[in-house]
Amino acid sequence: MSATIHAHPQGFWRKYVFSTDHKTIAKQYLATGIFMAITGGLLAYVIRMNLAHPGQPVPGYGALNFTAYNAIVTMHGTIMIFWVAMPLLLAALGNFLIPLMIGAADMAFPRLNMLSFWTFFVSTVILLASFFVPGGAAAGGWTSYPPLSGSAIYSGGQWGVTLWILAVALEFAAFLMGGINFITTAINNRAPGMKLFDMPLMVWMQLAASIIFLFSVGPLIAGAVMLLLDRVADTGFYNPARGGDPVLFQHLFWFFGHPEVYVILLPGLGAVAEILPVFSRKPIFGYRMIVYATIITGVLSFIVWAHHQFIAGIDPRLATPFSITTILISVPIAIITFSFMATLWKGSIELKTPMLFALGMIAVFLVGGVTGIHNGTAAADIYIHDTYFVVAHFHYALIPPAFFAFLAAVYYWFPKVSGRMMNEPLGQLHFWAMFTFMNVTFLPMFVLGLMGHQRRIANPHNFAALNTPFADELQLLATIGAIGLLLSQVPFLVNLVWSALRGPVAGENPWRANTLEWSVPSPPGHGNFEKVPTVYRGPYEYSVPDRKDDWFPQNAPA
Amino acid sequence: MANATRAEHILNESTEVPTGRLGIWWFLASEVVIFGGLIATYILFRWRHHEWGVEAANTINAAGAFNTLVLLTSSLTMVLAHAAVGEGKLDKAARNLGFTLLGGVIFLCVKAFEYAHEIREGFVPARSLFWSFYYTMTGLHALHVLGGMVAIAVVLAAVRKGRAPQRVEYVGIYWHFVDVVWIFLFPLLYLAH
Amino acid sequence: MNLWLPQAASSYAQDLDWILIFITVIVGAWFVVAELLLLVLVIRYRRREGVKAAYLPGHSLRAMAVVLVPCAVILGLDLVIDGVAAPIWDHVKVELPPHDELIGIRGEQWAWRFVLAGPDGRLGTGDDIDAPGEVHVPVGSVVQFELSAKDVLHSFFVPELRLKQDAIPGRKIKGWFKVTRPGSYEVICAEICGFGHTLMKGKMVAESPQAYRQWLRSKQAAAKAPVPHEEKDNG
Repeated sequence: MSATIHAHPQGFWRKYVFSTDHKTIAKQYLATGIFMAITGGLLAYVIRMNLAHPGQPVPGYGALNFTAYNAIVTMHGTIMIFWVAMPLLLAALGNFLIPLMIGAADMAFPRLNMLSFWTFFVSTVILLASFFVPGGAAAGGWTSYPPLSGSAIYSGGQWGVTLWILAVALEFAAFLMGGINFITTAINNRAPGMKLFDMPLMVWMQLAASIIFLFSVGPLIAGAVMLLLDRVADTGFYNPARGGDPVLFQHLFWFFGHPEVYVILLPGLGAVAEILPVFSRKPIFGYRMIVYATIITGVLSFIVWAHHQFIAGIDPRLATPFSITTILISVPIAIITFSFMATLWKGSIELKTPMLFALGMIAVFLVGGVTGIHNGTAAADIYIHDTYFVVAHFHYALIPPAFFAFLAAVYYWFPKVSGRMMNEPLGQLHFWAMFTFMNVTFLPMFVLGLMGHQRRIANPHNFAALNTPFADELQLLATIGAIGLLLSQVPFLVNLVWSALRGPVAGENPWRANTLEWSVPSPPGHGNFEKVPTVYRGPYEYSVPDRKDDWFPQNAPA
Repeated sequence: MANATRAEHILNESTEVPTGRLGIWWFLASEVVIFGGLIATYILFRWRHHEWGVEAANTINAAGAFNTLVLLTSSLTMVLAHAAVGEGKLDKAARNLGFTLLGGVIFLCVKAFEYAHEIREGFVPARSLFWSFYYTMTGLHALHVLGGMVAIAVVLAAVRKGRAPQRVEYVGIYWHFVDVVWIFLFPLLYLAH
Repeated sequence: MNLWLPQAASSYAQDLDWILIFITVIVGAWFVVAELLLLVLVIRYRRREGVKAAYLPGHSLRAMAVVLVPCAVILGLDLVIDGVAAPIWDHVKVELPPHDELIGIRGEQWAWRFVLAGPDGRLGTGDDIDAPGEVHVPVGSVVQFELSAKDVLHSFFVPELRLKQDAIPGRKIKGWFKVTRPGSYEVICAEICGFGHTLMKGKMVAESPQAYRQWLRSKQAAAKAPVPHEEKDNG
């Protein structure tokens, strides 16, 4: 049993439910995120079964009408971005790791941290409640463009969209609170000796993601308030008949929406940046270069948003400037990707499960990254906009950070969180199954998109080009892949539960890693560090010449 | 929740800036983008709708001007409260926090009076986009005034018991922000024609 | 069939297909190189007994050049792509060449309505002709359209023409196309517009100028015939 810093015992409710301990809060976000991931995954199952067999009832769900299909598509996207990717990558990883990695006892504002989780929890309840209200859940796409979302006369349901707006607004509030906590903690609560450029890259990435979120979400909060008022107070912000402008919402949405994808990507890259050095026994290549590239990515992400609106009715002369800024982002991302690869060069690589998922993240993300060029070039986007080409692109861009990198992080830090090791063979099975089925699911969608398959349609057979044997084969392939992806999670969930209960004891530092979290017991006690650590060097001093050990912890005296 | 490790951390801050002040400034950054988005949207619309000047003439300039004075004065008393903390005079600080609270109350009462009058006259949010913006922007601002007042009340209660005097500065920074937002809203909604 | 794209049927389809292919070739080459490099590195540097990893933190500018130089090449290629794509976009979306035909298009929940400009060549006048759901155009003529929507956002998409433009209620967005291949083309909606989005389609028939004139005449005759209970909708 690990040593606890506190003498006083805590009751059940204080310790496990209304806890201010960042580690417990992280687990609460983790549990909620995993629950929502299963929900979002089951929604994907319904979508894919419907597309493979349009018009037929979906096994396990039943008959599917068009409104329900649109609602499922909408909620799948909404849940995966706001209730899976963000809680898992930012809130769970960030909360658990930031204080431990910088040598702090907890976050700067522990009570605010607790408030942020419970705000998030309430937002989750409201969102799930929206499935059960009269009229059903929101069904206008996760982007919720007005006028469709601006009034029930167009979208059919009154409560679904309204609750969706409230849930998203509360989620934003929760993550703003969390973000302020992360930023303040990383800036102000580092252990003595840890300069900013001695922070692990995971902390840098969480810091950058939090800052990007903080600066980008405001206009959408304003836009969401206006949408809500259009619905409930008969204002006309987005109603052309009342002098309003539907395209305004799109600007407000995407000014946030684009930086948001980097908010999701960055922590994923952070996990990879921590894992590659440990499993190559080599420093990360170009630490400062990666930090600067991250900052440039963050800044650039604010000036690309209209690439989601090339043909939306904006002045067409804006398209080329936005195309230029958009594909420029490929440069800092390439810097980070190539630096990761350079880390492998002349390393001593061990392909344990965390490393497999980290490498898999890079390999799969490359597909999403290069197809970003297609989508980001206005002339090319004319055809592929709002087709399955885009759907394939963003799944190839978002699944690597939200799932591959996140899972890499789970396998890597599970020993620290639980004190036990996960099962290696099950982990390898999980990885190879996911890697295979990921491609089986989403590669066909590029083809379907090029064939002209538009988004968010319940019955592709209605359109001649999509009512062919070839199209049907592609749909079936994607559906098989999706079911495979879902089933791939079974070995993982079994592994997670079994290892937490019966896995081999991990000890303090099973991976022989340098960062501070590995210098405390597994799991860490309340307060994390018996004594405030002193930091003497950066996080990636592996295989330092003339040293016996191939690792050199940050807090080990020279 | 303080323990030995954490107490040392409070002394061992990595920058010269106290953690509370750092947190408040980042919070304000997020608020600036929220109000900024709303205000920028309003300005873009206003530019394209010169005829809104006719509607805007129906805002009660005198009330707006009075409220501007009230908020500025309450910011002054807030500064005095902070100064009093610096001098160690916590009861003086508490008194000035009370005056600041009073300013907030007066502001909200005037706002309520304005809303009631405007609604009676038929200038409701649905009447025109100008009024939609007017109620949204002043309403959001009023909610922030209310939130600020709650925070000030909490800090006031603590200061009366001699606790957490550093929070006077933090709540003061927030209150000044609420004041600055109003300085933008007043000319944009009341004076511009 | 090029890259699974439907058969090109408009004057600018070739250029738009070409930019898709051009981008694919450039990024595809990088993609293959990167994936191969990743594979080779992982295999070549597998842990071996007695072989230590090298200490290469990449601090020096010389070391960083290994990463920065390829990224500079990528930057250059990015700008090339932009430079090549910009005039194509301008040709399709910014320019409005002098037109031979003028049609009004309106998306509504859940159908496409077309309006022909009639003999006076202007929309919104008394001689406009309604063509709900199906429109004919002459092959080889420049057709200008004014696109709008009745209720919510829609998007006018004709895959064979590589033509797509969002339709916004309260706005008239101008665009153009020239069909080069006769045929019957599905008009699709590419912006979610309610539960009927999956049902929403129209038809565009591109035919010889003679056949087109015949169609036009039949539409004009039908428009003149007295049908008291039918409302004329000029979109």
